[in-house]
Amino acid sequence: MAKKILIANRGEIACRIIRSAKSLGYGTVAVHSEADRGALHTRLADEQVEIGPARPADSYLKADRIIAAAQSCGAEAIHPGYGFLAENAGFAETCEAAGIRFIGPAASSIRDMGDKHRARTIALAAGVPVAPGSDKVKGDEIDKIQTAAQQIGFPLLLKAAAGGGGIGLRPVEAAADLLSSVEATSRMAERAFGDGAVYLERLIRVARHIEVQVFGFGDGDAVHLYDRECSLQRRYQKILEEARAPQVNERSRAEMARTAVALANASNYRGAGTVEFLYDDETGDYYFMEMNTRLQVEHPVTEMTTGLDIVALQIRQAFGDSLKAELSQDKVKSRGHAIEVRICAEDPARQFIPSPGTIKELVLPVVQGVRFDTGFESGDKITPFYDSLVMKLIAAGDDRAAALERLRAALAGMKIEGLTTNIPFLRKLLDNDDVILGRVHTKFVEHNIKSLMAA
Amino acid sequence: MPHVSAPMAGTVWKVLVSPGDALDFGQTIMIFESMKMEIPIESDGSGTVKAIRVSEGQTVDQGDPLIDFE
Repeated sequence: MAKKILIANRGEIACRIIRSAKSLGYGTVAVHSEADRGALHTRLADEQVEIGPARPADSYLKADRIIAAAQSCGAEAIHPGYGFLAENAGFAETCEAAGIRFIGPAASSIRDMGDKHRARTIALAAGVPVAPGSDKVKGDEIDKIQTAAQQIGFPLLLKAAAGGGGIGLRPVEAAADLLSSVEATSRMAERAFGDGAVYLERLIRVARHIEVQVFGFGDGDAVHLYDRECSLQRRYQKILEEARAPQVNERSRAEMARTAVALANASNYRGAGTVEFLYDDETGDYYFMEMNTRLQVEHPVTEMTTGLDIVALQIRQAFGDSLKAELSQDKVKSRGHAIEVRICAEDPARQFIPSPGTIKELVLPVVQGVRFDTGFESGDKITPFYDSLVMKLIAAGDDRAAALERLRAALAGMKIEGLTTNIPFLRKLLDNDDVILGRVHTKFVEHNIKSLMAA
Repeated sequence: MPHVSAPMAGTVWKVLVSPGDALDFGQTIMIFESMKMEIPIESDGSGTVKAIRVSEGQTVDQGDPLIDFE
């Protein structure tokens, strides 16, 4: 009987994981909420288990129900995808304790990188550059806060140690706002994460988001799968990602890859992970931001430039394949260029407000070098209970210009009837001169929103 | 009676007005949660709040009436 994998996720990423699991000959089990009855990921999987009401806290975040579903189906491994339980160290431990393989790194790696200040400390020790910053402080440690702020200088950035993904960040422009900001951020972090610890870091104003895909063998040895650029963001949500990053000086690029591997090695990292950096265009300096201990949304651009199936690698590793020989650094090559855009159910004409709805008709064009990772098909409903990502469109070409051209052609040929999406905005973005030249930074969309919205 | 209707599908997270309250154009009357975002819902009319048609935690569809006012 075929071995089975349970996919503890939904939407496009669940569908994408099921595809690789099937290609390797594994049986697949989908879990779903009441709101996701009949959703595409449940139709693609061999078996389906309903795990609770629509709210994520009542279903996709219910570790005990997911493990019970795996046991009742006889699944030997759980792939968490991204989001939900993917970076929950306790869930990884519970899986292992129940005799189920968690397809991801060791719980200790998740824990080390989940505390952003501990991650920073580990990165420093591994020789990864970090922005000048402080120890952890509490809101009432006035002397420590003021001394640290003097050393770092203004403007600075307050970060909640337990935060991540843009949550728990607060810039402080001047000394006058310092104490009240620390107090507010600490209080917010206490409420949101149950941990009020914050730290101070120098604010890098104009920077690019560059990240390195790593893959570790769990024994202090890791390789990198090259870099990606994800500077085009809105409210810390990435919109367009590409591999490799354009316009980076080659010395810094090589250094980012080398130090990302050093960080993975330092924690005996296992499987796929991403080390995120802020890169300063003018100086070529780069600073460690955080490490995501999971499959990343934008992993397809790396797959399309390296020819690797990262999910298949994760699965094979979890079932005991040694990947070391085939995945040695000299065998991992990056060719051509790939760009991904995230197609979301949001209305660019109304400040990008969410626009749940039903896809009456979906037509995806066939364009050479183009891949669609979708969670939905014609007739499917995009509900308000989960994030707005409908599908990812990824285009590859011999060079960046060719990838851009295919991306434009694919977007122009798409038809999504019945649902408002950000496609008109994406099309304008791809026609922007600075985007075409790769001259962007993390505030680019925010600063240029008016011209990007103009007809 | 005029009413404010839901601009999108979502879950009512907080109701910020009560019957009898004065209502201004543009005033935030509720906060929705939709697609992992908190969305302030603004009044598109003014007057006095007469009735609240939804409760916190309730899921609503686009176009559903949220409050009546006059």
